[in-house]
Amino acid sequence: MLAALGIESIEDLFASIPECLRYRQRLAIPNGRSEYEILDYFRARAEEGAKGYASFLGAGVYRHFRPVVIDALATRGEFLTSYTPYQAEISQGVLTTIFEFQTMVAQLTGMETANASMYDGSTAVPEAGMMAARITRRGRLLAARSLHPEYRQVLNTYYRHQDLPIETVRYDRDSGQIDLTDLESKLSDEVAAVIVQSPNFFGLIDKTREAAELAHRYGALLLVIFSEAAALGILEPTAEADIVAGELQSFAHPTSYGGPCVGVLATKKKYIRQMPGRLVGQTVDADGNRAFCLTLATREQHIRRAKATSNICTNQALVALMATVYMTVFGKQGLRELAEQNLAKARYLADAIRANAGSLVFSGPFFNEFVVRPGLGDSARVNDAALEKNVIGGLELGRLYPELDGALLVCATEVNRREEMDSYAACFGSSSRRI
Amino acid sequence: MRLASGRPLGEFELSKIRRHQTQNEPLIFERSSLGKIGYQLPPLDVPPVDADEALGAENVRGEIAGFPEVSEVEIIRHFTRLSTWNYAIDLGLYPLGSCTMKYNPRLNEAVARIEGIVDAHPYQPQTLAQGVMRIQQVLESYLSNITGMAAVTLQPAAGAHGELTGILLIRAYLESKGDARGVVLIPDSAHGTNPATAATAGYKVKEIASNERGMIDMASLEAAVDDSVAALMVTNPNTVGIFEQDIARVAALLHDRGAQLYMDGANMNALVGVARPGDFGVDVMHLNLHKTFSTPHGGGGPGAGPVAVKSHIEPFLPVPRIREEAGMLRYDHDLPDSIGRVRAFYGNFGVLVRALAYILAHGGDGLRNATLDAVLNANYIRKGIENDYHLPYDAPSMHECVFSDSKQSLYGVKTGDIAKRLIDYGFHPYTVSFPLIVHGALMIEPTETESKGELDLFIDALKSIAREAETTPELVLEAPQTTRTSRVDETRAARKPIVIWEPPADGV
Amino acid sequence: MYPSEYRYTKEHEWVKVDGESATVGITHHAQDQLGDVVFVELPDVGAKLQANGVFGTVESVKAVSDIYAPIGGDVTEVNEVLIDRPELLNSDPHGEGWLVRLKIFDATDLDALMNAGQYAEYVAAEGE
Repeated sequence: MLAALGIESIEDLFASIPECLRYRQRLAIPNGRSEYEILDYFRARAEEGAKGYASFLGAGVYRHFRPVVIDALATRGEFLTSYTPYQAEISQGVLTTIFEFQTMVAQLTGMETANASMYDGSTAVPEAGMMAARITRRGRLLAARSLHPEYRQVLNTYYRHQDLPIETVRYDRDSGQIDLTDLESKLSDEVAAVIVQSPNFFGLIDKTREAAELAHRYGALLLVIFSEAAALGILEPTAEADIVAGELQSFAHPTSYGGPCVGVLATKKKYIRQMPGRLVGQTVDADGNRAFCLTLATREQHIRRAKATSNICTNQALVALMATVYMTVFGKQGLRELAEQNLAKARYLADAIRANAGSLVFSGPFFNEFVVRPGLGDSARVNDAALEKNVIGGLELGRLYPELDGALLVCATEVNRREEMDSYAACFGSSSRRI
Repeated sequence: MRLASGRPLGEFELSKIRRHQTQNEPLIFERSSLGKIGYQLPPLDVPPVDADEALGAENVRGEIAGFPEVSEVEIIRHFTRLSTWNYAIDLGLYPLGSCTMKYNPRLNEAVARIEGIVDAHPYQPQTLAQGVMRIQQVLESYLSNITGMAAVTLQPAAGAHGELTGILLIRAYLESKGDARGVVLIPDSAHGTNPATAATAGYKVKEIASNERGMIDMASLEAAVDDSVAALMVTNPNTVGIFEQDIARVAALLHDRGAQLYMDGANMNALVGVARPGDFGVDVMHLNLHKTFSTPHGGGGPGAGPVAVKSHIEPFLPVPRIREEAGMLRYDHDLPDSIGRVRAFYGNFGVLVRALAYILAHGGDGLRNATLDAVLNANYIRKGIENDYHLPYDAPSMHECVFSDSKQSLYGVKTGDIAKRLIDYGFHPYTVSFPLIVHGALMIEPTETESKGELDLFIDALKSIAREAETTPELVLEAPQTTRTSRVDETRAARKPIVIWEPPADGV
Repeated sequence: MYPSEYRYTKEHEWVKVDGESATVGITHHAQDQLGDVVFVELPDVGAKLQANGVFGTVESVKAVSDIYAPIGGDVTEVNEVLIDRPELLNSDPHGEGWLVRLKIFDATDLDALMNAGQYAEYVAAEGE
């Protein structure tokens, strides 16, 4: 090859980089290692973690059973190692699965249309908010305080420089649901959208229909957000919502320390040209056969550049594929049964904790997560006691919600066995004895 | 001239392809039969709960209309059949320029699925998260070393997300000095994400024309940089595959006038181990782990877009940061100058694990060798077809080379047609019609992955197509001819968008 | 090719005057450059257009073009047919593919525009 190029050394090809800009040292990265050494390295890191612990953490990232066919299919090289399907004739595999994904997301959320996915739930929310601002030509957003706190942080980062002031709507201290009086007092004809999560961060089914009615009265849109997709197997979708955005990690990917995830954005047909992100559409090929391709690309950055609906380029195609396989495996009946199991497990755990002097902080109906305050001792002691039994307790809420200091956000899913729940619930009682 | 088994296609005898059987497959919804199931759940070990009672009947949904009802074998066959309709890097050269389609080692997939890593929860106690935190810390330090920058955040979920993070960082830095300024300069050869990002970060975009060598024009830049300019976003090597030789002067000019230099690291595969952006005067840059560091594209994601910064930008990085004290890692949330979070949790962690595995497998010297091979391969292709296609810029190519279709368009054959014809020869097309400064561009990036044998086949295919364009242009214009799906009608898709499946109106 | 009674802009719009009212569209050359039109975004009736101001967009599969108003005026009518049949912009750009009708503010705006001969020359020169 060097002879073909008429050069003596590959280094000659770098002559266009001025000598003073060349890096003449060796990178401070150890010599290459074999496959076996690398496996050992990562196994050692895994040992420095929580292997073998039972867990009651949720709060935006959920533990669920994952059918093995998901990875059997998602690791096929034709899916794993293909690029964005710009060349439709040799990308019908990815395009068809994305079309199925869009359809299932629409069916699940009760919307008329959905895109090919967003990075994750936390970034889908600001994208949905910007979309609402474009649709309404208004520049103010209201977000429930019970929206995931990290989602709210991302919202603040995105909007700081976009002339999109964002105001927080209180939650009702008793029910834990959105405070409708506070919402109404903050609504005006400047508000583009009201952002409500359901189940909200506290695990409660929120008052999305009432919020929609108020928002629409002022000409604002209602954005319904979710982070626990498993709830959609049993929860009536909010038909009044204008945009639904959320996180499908529960159906797709293991917790994986919080990523990758898969965000979704679904809406009404009339808003389709205001959507961010990739979209797959149905068409025909030159022989008249059904075929799929990326469509309405003029919304996107590679064509509209500075005027695009978003700067987003990639989606999360592989994780969306995992979600598509998952939703296909569980199907109509399975998603319902899964949701019922989650509901039953969380009720059981809540009752067991109450039997150990814990009390539920909110009265609203919850799905598989709830906020609880230990009756005796504090949340840190409860979780310390649990760790001694190889159990990771719920999330301590003090850092995220100072007013809920000492309370825990506890999640039980179908993976939590009864003995684990009994064991954790007992810590609410036992910790008191240690004081 | 249609391809048949064992017969030559065009003038060249090709060994890469032969006809292959692919099966038809309906949509999964069309496969459904009432009551069929493919799932299993263990029996419930706690008392069942009445959903209407627990949630309120008004909150409980009926069945999800249209949702699939299929068996496990049907699921396996459905998705396996669909998969065979795809091209992939596992099948051969995937020469998309600026996309760096290199081999995705399966070891990366294995390590990302190790128990203790794949099931780590972002809120598990930090004492039980030392391993996953160490992975991030080590990756941050290696990426700092590779880029020559002081600090790295791993939070951004993709390249464009990294760009947004980077521009917000520059904005925060300039604001801290009293003036955020209002304009971001972007060369006309840039990726579309650059102007879209600057707009999302609240900046006006001003375009800088490239000079006749395909590089930033120093005179236009000099004229454009005034005290309203916050930053220049530059890709280096640029999208024509050419190293911006004046990059150090560009940086000095910007810094003199109080502006910052942002580098889009999409083309970092040309530089790793050979040159470091930190040494050029770059203040902020992002990397695409799904390009340079071999994590799979997966049909369009997930990616990861870490951002590397100089020390003056470090205080503004997203929360939280990892700190080490007495051998223990912890998250520091107390960063008053931070721009805040750009994503929940710690970014696309699973992608980070894969990228670290790639770096460990190569080591420092191996990474540098990969760069050398990537540049060698691109130049070998350039040499191979330079008599057949027009080369708009003759400056030396780095990891990719850009041609134009001006010779072929004399016969009515455009870059998009040549691309479709490549499919008949068993290759994925190159990047079509980009960069915008080259009319009818063919942008080719082979990466270090390819052997001389695969490159020779590709060169032969492009030579053969050049000849076809002259002698039998209709063959090229009607391509692809060998795929199960012939040319797709994108106009129809856009005029009457159908983006979800709906049951046939007659209820069948 | 280019109707002699129309006036033309450098951005490839045409305008046809009929007393106080004017009809606006894009030229044959514009649609040819754009390729198959898939979507047209037009202002609402009642909108006030400034001469040389952007008043809508035309999209093909892979491109978006702004449309500029040749003259100032109030929008009195919008070609609603284009919503369902954007292909009219390709098949009959100077007729059925018209975009909007205006009530003219100031007829002297027309003085700045090209006649058919000048426009044909302009297009020919652009192609070189």
